[in-house]
Amino acid sequence: MEFAELIKTPRADNVVLHRPFYLAVEGTLCLTGHHLIFSSRRQDNAEELWLLHSNIDSIEKRFVGSLGTIVIKCKDLRIIQLDIPGMEECLNIASSIEALSTLDSVTLMYPFFYRPMFEIVEDGWRSFLPDQEFELLSSVTDEWRLSCINKEFSVCPSYPPVVIVPKSIDDEALRKVAMFRHGSRFPVLSYYHKKNGMVMMRSSQPLTGTNGRRCKEDERLINATLRPGKRGYIIDTRSLNVAQQARAKGGGFEQEVHYPQWRRIHKCIERFNILQESLIKLVEACNDQSHNMDRWLSKLEASNWLTHIKEILTAACLAAQCIDREGASVLVHGTEGTDSTLQVTSLAQIILDPRCRTIRGFESLVVREWLQAGHPFQQRCAQSAYSNSKQKWEAPVFLLFLDCVWQILRQFPCSFEFNEQFLIMLFEHAYASQFGTFLGNNENERAKLKLLQKTMSLWSWVNRSEELSKFQNPLFEANSLVIWPSVAPQSLQLWEGVFLRWNRPSKFLDEAHEEMINIIKYNKELQAKVNALRRQLAEMETDDRMQENL
Amino acid sequence: FYTLFVLQVENVKLLDRYTNRKAANGTLYLTATHLIYVDASAEVRKETWILHHHIATIEKLPLTTAGYPLLIHCKNFHVAHFVIGQERDCHEVYTSLLKLSQPVKPEELYAFSYNPKMSKENREIGWKLIDLKVDYQRMGIPNGYWEITDLNKDYEVCNTYPPEIVVPRAANKAVVIGSSRFRSRGRIPVLSYLYKENNAAICRCSQPLSGFSARCLEDEQMLQAIREANPGSSFMYVVDTRPKLNAMANRAAGKGYENEDNYDNIRFKFIGIENIHVMRNSLQKLLEVCEMKSPSMSDFLTGLENSGWLRHIKAVMDAGVFLAKAVKDEKASVLVHCSDGWDRTAQVCSLASLLLDPFYRTFKGFMVLIEKEWIAMGHKFSHRCGHLDGDPKEVSPVFTQFVECVWQLMQQFPCTFEFNERFLLEIHDHVYSCQFGNFLGTCHKEREDLKIFEKTHSLWPFLLQKKQELRNPLYRGFTAYKELQPNTLPFSFQFWCGMYNRFDKGMHPKQCVLDHLLSCMSQKMKLEDNASELENKLPFLDGPLPSEACFLSKVGRAASKTPMLNTPQDYEGEPPPVLSNGASAGDIDVRSDVDQKHNENLSHHQDLRDLNDTIDVLDSEAKDGKPQHH
Repeated sequence: MEFAELIKTPRADNVVLHRPFYLAVEGTLCLTGHHLIFSSRRQDNAEELWLLHSNIDSIEKRFVGSLGTIVIKCKDLRIIQLDIPGMEECLNIASSIEALSTLDSVTLMYPFFYRPMFEIVEDGWRSFLPDQEFELLSSVTDEWRLSCINKEFSVCPSYPPVVIVPKSIDDEALRKVAMFRHGSRFPVLSYYHKKNGMVMMRSSQPLTGTNGRRCKEDERLINATLRPGKRGYIIDTRSLNVAQQARAKGGGFEQEVHYPQWRRIHKCIERFNILQESLIKLVEACNDQSHNMDRWLSKLEASNWLTHIKEILTAACLAAQCIDREGASVLVHGTEGTDSTLQVTSLAQIILDPRCRTIRGFESLVVREWLQAGHPFQQRCAQSAYSNSKQKWEAPVFLLFLDCVWQILRQFPCSFEFNEQFLIMLFEHAYASQFGTFLGNNENERAKLKLLQKTMSLWSWVNRSEELSKFQNPLFEANSLVIWPSVAPQSLQLWEGVFLRWNRPSKFLDEAHEEMINIIKYNKELQAKVNALRRQLAEMETDDRMQENL
Repeated sequence: FYTLFVLQVENVKLLDRYTNRKAANGTLYLTATHLIYVDASAEVRKETWILHHHIATIEKLPLTTAGYPLLIHCKNFHVAHFVIGQERDCHEVYTSLLKLSQPVKPEELYAFSYNPKMSKENREIGWKLIDLKVDYQRMGIPNGYWEITDLNKDYEVCNTYPPEIVVPRAANKAVVIGSSRFRSRGRIPVLSYLYKENNAAICRCSQPLSGFSARCLEDEQMLQAIREANPGSSFMYVVDTRPKLNAMANRAAGKGYENEDNYDNIRFKFIGIENIHVMRNSLQKLLEVCEMKSPSMSDFLTGLENSGWLRHIKAVMDAGVFLAKAVKDEKASVLVHCSDGWDRTAQVCSLASLLLDPFYRTFKGFMVLIEKEWIAMGHKFSHRCGHLDGDPKEVSPVFTQFVECVWQLMQQFPCTFEFNERFLLEIHDHVYSCQFGNFLGTCHKEREDLKIFEKTHSLWPFLLQKKQELRNPLYRGFTAYKELQPNTLPFSFQFWCGMYNRFDKGMHPKQCVLDHLLSCMSQKMKLEDNASELENKLPFLDGPLPSEACFLSKVGRAASKTPMLNTPQDYEGEPPPVLSNGASAGDIDVRSDVDQKHNENLSHHQDLRDLNDTIDVLDSEAKDGKPQHH
């Protein structure tokens, strides 16, 4: 297919762009296969806006006489308005945008066309390989092995080719366990707590069904992670009720009789359209400036967004607590083990593992616990807060995770190497990007799409010093401790950086951030100066002494 | 040592309502001024001090297996839940505290016995630190339009106003006296703030005694004089900060509001801020929300909404913004009143000044603002804060709301205030502590009668001494920002956890950016000293180091931080009087135990020195924090 076929009017002049807190600008609008480009073309102060079609969540058009107006709502929650003279031009442009922002085929997406303008120092596709992760693990324990059982994605389509499993469990047993778990997602290692050797595993629900099926190999597998005489915890991210109902559809949960060494705790985390609706309601509340205080608070409450944040964080804290405080191993799962499970396992690692609070470590966490673990990004992030599609598979699961990370970052502002901008950047790229990283729903699909060969990795771009400097937290001081966030409602806040980003000017907050950076930078420079002076003085003193000795 | 205690009870538990930590077990002491709880079960000695004046309510709860619970609510939102082993002890503590926390006579207030061992001269210098005349001078008053008059020197015009007031030159004695007869409690229109750039003024008064139809020529002349003192504008605003319905109801009592037909060229406007009773109830509801045991997000947000608290904060802020805009953008003078003109009017006028003038965002300026708009103009601190055993219906968090509005502004404009959140909390604490004379009584006359200037100390020098820890490291200086235009959309207002859940440390961020930056600032001073010392030692320099270029620019800017460039008076240059005895015992009574690390070096009551010698640094690391879920 040629993009040109979709672009009936590639260019329109005298278009007026409206954005909140900016003066309206007149200029030229151009449509390309992947971008909407607006240029003010003014000599003195040319302004350009480049918008990826894939970032467009919805568009609305309306007419007053022959002046058409297109309102574009983006997945990053920004809303812009274009006034386009001429009804035909406007209709053409609107229909082109609509078509181009909803392309069916992944291979038509921008990452397949994007040619990077920067020098690639490190290929991000090779930055976080499972072997490296395993090497780190084997330096502290020999109880685990790397299994290639899923090499051709033949055992579990949503798992990566290699996974870490207990050494004592052979591939044959794994195959049987896979049969017993939803979507074949058998329990694998998610995290090893060096401090006490406890582990966190994740999987999908067991297929016990109504007649209480059991699988000896499954029991053997997860028991293999227990220390003699110790109990483990199974954190089921569904309510007991939902878990019980799942049996009717062949799913279920681990029965006490068959897993006597495990204590099951149900922590309900919502999924799917409930989350998407929550996002839609929240963004609607944030965007409506006509609210009075009562209405705003009641809409904020009714969106339930912060309730979800609190639930997810609570479950993650619980998992972390079982591991660190109770000294017990943990298995986390919900139904498929691709959404709430990953929220819990990845957040628990941020709480427990200082490495995950570094930039590199956090990237590795996203790769391991989200991309390789098979969170279906393409389905979940197909639409954002302005969608009307109401597809069950669309849900801001990853955004909720990032929001939770932001909440912890706010409570421990000195413990993270990255800043809020880093999280916002990941949010943007998960929904629309020039990079291939978040395309596809799992490693299997990514392999089929040949993303490694055909697209650029987000990490190749981020991990260059020019970009990294934007994402560094000036307050960071490595903190090797476990960090326990508060989940009291008073401690949780609306993530303004995302949800109010386009609704209020940020000048004064930006200046504060700048000031903070300056204070810390100045101190560092001062320290360097003092050190240099000291050295100089010491050198001179030795010189003097040498001269005296001569 | 022990004989100095009024009461001592062993085997008392202190429950932590936030975490499920094991309850502390220790000894409770009552002194003449404080309740002190010493936790004996902790590894490090841990003390909790509560000033009797801070106690709002004491409740005996039903007997539990652990003993007899005693729940204490403080005016600074500290909640202490003790469990006492013996019923007799519990009752004794209860009755003693009831008596100690509700003094009947002003002389019983802490300020009259508080003795920081300061010389008489220094105490007097302390009271002279804030001179309102200097602030009027800063505004350019007296000038052709405004004068400082002593018509009220014997409180004949108004007994709740200070002796010196600022009125239009055009308003002669007859007009002033005439107008005072037509204003509730004689609170005539006087100047609050003059915006020098355009001569627009903010004036304040009480409601007129207009009833349904009464008028007063002198009052009309007074308003005309105010309007004409601003020749740039053909009209002036008269803002009634009450809801219209309340103002109308007042007409039946012979009070009310200005009739636009009777006053030339006024634009009359209502801004609906609710009365002190609504505010008191609202705070009560807010505190109930803050105290809920493990509420859901929904419980909390619904409770926050139902309390109406943030709605009221927004209303006050909106009014302040209206005033500032009228003055700056419309260049019009504004006359503000509510009923008596000492609650809502004080909130709104001081907020507008803060928005218009960067001076009021400095340490000194903020003190001046509180002295001017609140203390001098007769905000009834004694009644609103319930300093003495009195009518509970007079108590209302009017000043708290003002302090919160300032905090909300700090959130939106983090670089515009010289001081930080702790400065606000300190002031808020001392409004209730009665440790200093500033906030005693209800008006200037009463403070004179109480001889507070002779018998008590002023708070401000004590606060200035703690400037290093109360400053805002992000402050960009006096000239960096002029007027502030805050966003008042509902989402711009946050719940102030640092105030209403201040003593629930578990809810706060576990690492504090402010502390981090403050230590950067003190480190910076040390490094700068080091650097110059080293530079002096070096006989010659090989030219500037590579990083020096940016030093210079930074130093250049730091110099501009001296907030005095635009003002006639060298406020900063004037050092606060040196206090002979360092900071006070009050530094500790207003803090929770966890705050005590700041007080390590401070001296306390001599008779309590043994106790304080052993205070240890607490709660230093995140490792102490425990997850509080489930």
